[in-house]
Amino acid sequence: MTEIQAAVVGGSGYTGGELLRLLLRHPEIELTGIVSRSQAGKAVHRAHPNLRGVTDLKFISPDALSTSDLIFLALPHGTAMSEIDRYLKAADRVIDLSADFRLREPASYPTWYEHEHPRPELLEQFVYGMPELHRAEIKGARWVAVPGCTATAAIIPLKPIIDTFKVKFVVVDAKVGSSAGGTLPGPDSHHPERVGVVRSFKPTGHRHLAEMEQELNPSGEISISFSPHAVELVRGILATCHVFFADSGYSEKEVWQAYLSAYKEEPFVRFVKERTGIYRFPEPKLVAGTNFCDIGFERDEHSGRLVVMCAIDNLMKGAAGQAVQCMNLMFGFDERMGLEAWALHP
Amino acid sequence: MSAECPECGSKVELPEDAVENEILECALCGVELEVISLSPPTLELAPEEKEDWGE
Repeated sequence: MTEIQAAVVGGSGYTGGELLRLLLRHPEIELTGIVSRSQAGKAVHRAHPNLRGVTDLKFISPDALSTSDLIFLALPHGTAMSEIDRYLKAADRVIDLSADFRLREPASYPTWYEHEHPRPELLEQFVYGMPELHRAEIKGARWVAVPGCTATAAIIPLKPIIDTFKVKFVVVDAKVGSSAGGTLPGPDSHHPERVGVVRSFKPTGHRHLAEMEQELNPSGEISISFSPHAVELVRGILATCHVFFADSGYSEKEVWQAYLSAYKEEPFVRFVKERTGIYRFPEPKLVAGTNFCDIGFERDEHSGRLVVMCAIDNLMKGAAGQAVQCMNLMFGFDERMGLEAWALHP
Repeated sequence: MSAECPECGSKVELPEDAVENEILECALCGVELEVISLSPPTLELAPEEKEDWGE
C-alpha cells in the first residue's frame, strides 16, 4: 500500500513532538519533513528526547519544506493564518492544530483573539475536527481545524446533554496540566512558582469558550461559563461541568440513554461511573498518553443539577491524538490506527 | 434471555447457564448487576462494598 507523505510544521513544540510520536509509528504514514525555525539542522531527539533512537530525521527550515500529501500545522496561534497560503500550496490536505481556523464566524476573532482574521474567506472551508460531532464532514474535508484542549473536554461530554434536555446554564470548571502552556517558559512556569499551584489563571473570558459557544450554543439560548485552573499536572485535563436544567425532573437512566445513543459506537469515548473502588469517575491519570475521552456523571439530588466529568490528555485527545484521528478519517484509514495505546497504571 | 439494566436501561443478555445471585456486568454502562430472578429474568444493582472515604 502507498504510504501517505506527511510533514509537521512547528515540530519542536510539545504538540509537534506528540504528533511525531504518533506518526512515526503509524503504518500508513511516511514523515517527509519536520519544520522548526529554532531547531533547523538539529536531530529531532534534541527537542524530543523520548524519540532518541526512533528516528534519524532532522528539523528543517520552513524554506526547505517540499510538497506532501498532508501537512500538520502545530504553530503558535496567529502564525498559521498569516502563512496559510504557503501550506495550502504545499499539500492537498492540511490539519491545523492552532485556533486560527476553528471559529466559523470572522467576527469571533476580534472578540476572542483581539485581532481581525487575515483570511476570513477560508474559515468556512475548515472543518472543526471533532469526530464525535463532525465525522462525516471530516471524512470529506481537505482542511481541518483541531479543537482546543479544554474545549474538547467540555464539548464532547456536554453535547448529548444539551441535545437531549432543556438546559438553562452550564458552568465548566477545568483543571489543566502545565504542558497546555507550551514550551516557552515564563515567570509563571518557573518551577518554584508553578509547582504545587492550584491557580485560577483565566476565571472569565478564556478563548476556548468561543468554541464551546459555537458547538454547543449556536442559538444563544444557553448560558455557558468557563473557568480553568492550572494544577499540579504535566499532562491532563479534568473538566467538571455543572449543568442546570429548566426542569430538574430527569433521571440518571435518561442521562445514560442520551450518552449511549450518542457515543455507544465511539472508539475513544469511555464511560466511567463506578459505585465502588478508587477510580469511580474520570481521572486524567488514566488517559495520559492516550486518545481516550473518559466521561462520568452524577445527578445531584439536592439541587437537581447534573455534574458531568470529563478527563482527557491535553496533548492527545486535546491536540495531536485528535489530529491523527481526523487524519485517519480523511484518508479512509481505521480511525484507531496509530492511536492504540493505553495509559500506565499505577 | 435478556433483562433491562436498572442503571442505564439497556438490554443485557444473560448467559444460558446464568444462575440466581450471579454477578454480571452491563456491557454498555459497565455497572455490576446481580441476577435476582431467572423467570422472569430480573437484574438489580449488585451490592456495594462498604468503604470509608474519610467522610
